[in-house]
Amino acid sequence: MHKLSIKQLSEGLRAKQFSSRELTQFYLERISRYEPSLNSLITTTAERALAQADAADAAIAAGNAGPLTGVPLIQKDIFCTRGVRTSCASKMLDRFISPYDATIVEKLDAAGMPMLGKANMDEFAMGSSNETSWYGAVKNPWDLERVPGGSSGGSVAAVAAGLAPVATATDTGGSIRQPAALTNLTGIKPTYGRVSRYGMIAFASSLDQAGVVARSAEDAAVVLQAMSGFDPRDSTSVDRPVDDYVAALDRPIKGLRIGLPKEYFADGLAPSSRQRIEQAIEVFKTLGATFTEVSLPNSPLSVPTYYVVAPAEASSNLSRFDGVRYGHRSESARTLEEIYKRSRGEGFGAEVQRRIMIGTYVLSHGYYDAYYLQAQKVRRLIFDDFKRAFESCDLLLGPTATDVAFKLGTNVDDPVAMYLNDIYTIAANLAGIPAMSLSCGFVDGLPVGMQLMGNFFDEARMLNAAHQYQQATDFHRQLPKGFE
Amino acid sequence: MSTHGEWEAVIGLEVHCQLLTKSKIFSGAATAYGAEPNTQADAVTLGFPGVLPVLNGDALRMAIKFGLAIDATITQRSVFNRKHYFYPDLPKGYQITQYELPIVAGGKLDIELPDGSTKTIGITRAHMEEDAGKSLHENFVGVTGIDLNRAGTPLIEIVSEPEIRSAAEAVAYLKKLHQLVVYLGVSDGNMQEGSFRCDANVSVRRRGTEKFGTRTETKNVNSFRYVEKAIEYEIERQIGVIEAGGVIVQETRLFNPDTGETRSMRSKENANDYRYFPDPDLLPVVVTTDDIEKIRATMPELPEAKRNRFMQQYGLPKYDASVLTAEAALADYYETVVSTSAGDPKICANWVIGDLLGLLNKQSLEIGASPVSAAALAGLVARIADKTISGKIAKEVFEAMFAGEGSADDIIKAKGLVQITDESAIAAAIDEIIAKNPGQLAEYRGGKDKLFGFFVGQAMKATQGKANPEALNRLLKEKLAG
Repeated sequence: MHKLSIKQLSEGLRAKQFSSRELTQFYLERISRYEPSLNSLITTTAERALAQADAADAAIAAGNAGPLTGVPLIQKDIFCTRGVRTSCASKMLDRFISPYDATIVEKLDAAGMPMLGKANMDEFAMGSSNETSWYGAVKNPWDLERVPGGSSGGSVAAVAAGLAPVATATDTGGSIRQPAALTNLTGIKPTYGRVSRYGMIAFASSLDQAGVVARSAEDAAVVLQAMSGFDPRDSTSVDRPVDDYVAALDRPIKGLRIGLPKEYFADGLAPSSRQRIEQAIEVFKTLGATFTEVSLPNSPLSVPTYYVVAPAEASSNLSRFDGVRYGHRSESARTLEEIYKRSRGEGFGAEVQRRIMIGTYVLSHGYYDAYYLQAQKVRRLIFDDFKRAFESCDLLLGPTATDVAFKLGTNVDDPVAMYLNDIYTIAANLAGIPAMSLSCGFVDGLPVGMQLMGNFFDEARMLNAAHQYQQATDFHRQLPKGFE
Repeated sequence: MSTHGEWEAVIGLEVHCQLLTKSKIFSGAATAYGAEPNTQADAVTLGFPGVLPVLNGDALRMAIKFGLAIDATITQRSVFNRKHYFYPDLPKGYQITQYELPIVAGGKLDIELPDGSTKTIGITRAHMEEDAGKSLHENFVGVTGIDLNRAGTPLIEIVSEPEIRSAAEAVAYLKKLHQLVVYLGVSDGNMQEGSFRCDANVSVRRRGTEKFGTRTETKNVNSFRYVEKAIEYEIERQIGVIEAGGVIVQETRLFNPDTGETRSMRSKENANDYRYFPDPDLLPVVVTTDDIEKIRATMPELPEAKRNRFMQQYGLPKYDASVLTAEAALADYYETVVSTSAGDPKICANWVIGDLLGLLNKQSLEIGASPVSAAALAGLVARIADKTISGKIAKEVFEAMFAGEGSADDIIKAKGLVQITDESAIAAAIDEIIAKNPGQLAEYRGGKDKLFGFFVGQAMKATQGKANPEALNRLLKEKLAG
């Protein structure tokens, strides 16, 4: 059953081949069986899921079912869920029960999707390996000694292992795409402003965007459709109709103009990964796509720019975690200053503290112009690079990650090496454009991902290309051994 | 006003003015004053994880309205910034405020000085921001209570140029500003409740020098009188320090109303680095020329224009016009009295300023809470105009109206106060008095004119004050002359 697509699950539910309760129960059983080896969930919400499943079954019986009614999902633990612990994988919020639902939680609840649980992640989404979680590292189902990528490591591990058909995720510098690439999934980060950020715990507000990880572009399209849209509670969400992503999937892609950014194929990309991507290019050519080389000259500046902007916003966003109103409060604190210092010192992990310090530094008096303001100017240049590229191309194609999944513990003592994991993904966040990752093969049994980047609000075209590629290939249908 | 010899004070004021919106600047929570602690704190106010701010359009319109009233430039693309510091009544660890691009820039306010002259004070800027909550120290032992009802209440911070030169000028500026924001309906201006709060930047320099001295900032002085005292104290203190060979330290000071003194709160060295940067949760606030013109069209008549119009249209002296236009509600009251009663505007002014305000002040009532409505007062003035009662009787009727005994007509009828205009009745009363007082009559006719008043008094007494005064005077003169 866990091999079925969302469309097939939905059809099975409507045909009464199985009920949503049975389906939910099935996934909950898989969670209890496989979760001990993966650590992909922080909280399992069986009761909530089964109650939602019963409601979905009632809706199906009454003929009120939508395309997602009764299909379970996992929410990344960065989204606030009313009455359920929302930890952001931090000790700081270990006991935080959100009093309200994030907009996308409301939307996916309303779509009738039972929530199986809350996915593990890097603490406050800061990490590329899911090793910074207060709840421990997540393992990659393709090799339990390897990382699943981050920050949405729990979301991808769960979906790759078949613990849920789909999961929500978030992407600030690659946190959807890089983990999707490392686990053979399809992950999409839509245009900044396409999906509401209300109720998504902020890391870097101008870069954060929610999206989906799924086993195919088709599955991703139908869930993204339900999540997207203007939200009056988020001033940065864009009031513009959502395209029909599902309807666009089957369009032929003959004549699609795909650009290959030359900077993305330079040194640093593992030759074996490059080879898989070159093979994917050939597949696209047989589907009628044309390729040209383009240049994104400012892309080498992406990582340094990101590591000014993101920590700056993070240091500000995380100020609210002060031990006063909610969250961890140090038991040894006796004075107000001690409440702040000790609660934050105890509640935040090392990577979060590192970024708060970097962010505080770059925003401080006398350094603001040299760092934050300068970074914003470079950001503009990166944006202009894409603008120019999209004058002659419909999509851009390149690698998602430099290599396949690395072993747990490889980069934990070298933050800069860890940061360079996001070298191909960060630019899309800085520019605000949509981007996705999908599998294009394997190296030594480990998945390799390729990245598609689109123009603003061009998710439909991107998903269409990905779907057409997946119709011609079967990499995305492979499942990790031991989780069949 | 005190003078400071060779020293000149340089004063700039920062006023925090709460805007009169129903909900908070970035959330739907209510802003009403005096609710139970933390009952007006929603998830956004509390700074819960994941919440986002959305600008309240009313707050923006009110800020623009204020900007137009001080002849300022409305910034068509203003930006909200985050200002960071840790404090328990600041839920997010930062305040959302405007920094480099405030909504209102470069305005001015004309103030009137005690000697009657006018002075223009420049207003550097006015920016929108959110208020903080309150720390509660009373009723707690060993801990501090936090009330976040006020957190997120919209404010405009109005920053003057350092063009104020004395405590008296500062008070004149504040009063004028206060009048303006209340007039505009953008604030209730309630100083006790903290709707209108002032920080004073004060420095001194030797007269004739250009360079400013080092300034101190005295925080949260919340009445006109305290502002005057605090500034006066600070000027004297600074002169004292410098004359004793010391230097002024740039610092924040607190005014103590009990002692009338200011004391140091924190020095510049201990000041926070606020780490301002544009709030990525809020887009720049874009205001079109069309938006501005729409708001301009809703501007009420401002105090000065109204005062000038009152002088012209009603022929009132400047003093009367100033008093009547001090508050928009009072001016409206007056205009209703004039138009409804068809009475003489000056007489109407006398009633409003003298009798009405007199009784209201005695009972500490606002014009809005007057027991006598404008229409009711107009009813009284109309009875004077049509000679139903005399002005003197009218005072008695007014007091009864104020005490809630009914309308002017009800009271006149109930108390039988209708004026006697029948001249034969008045003449009969006069005849009787003259007959009763032969001695006084003889003295009067012998040249003691002052006794006329005695006869008026007697005649009024005999008619219970209801005799038409003009007729009484005329008839009495005739009869006394013999």
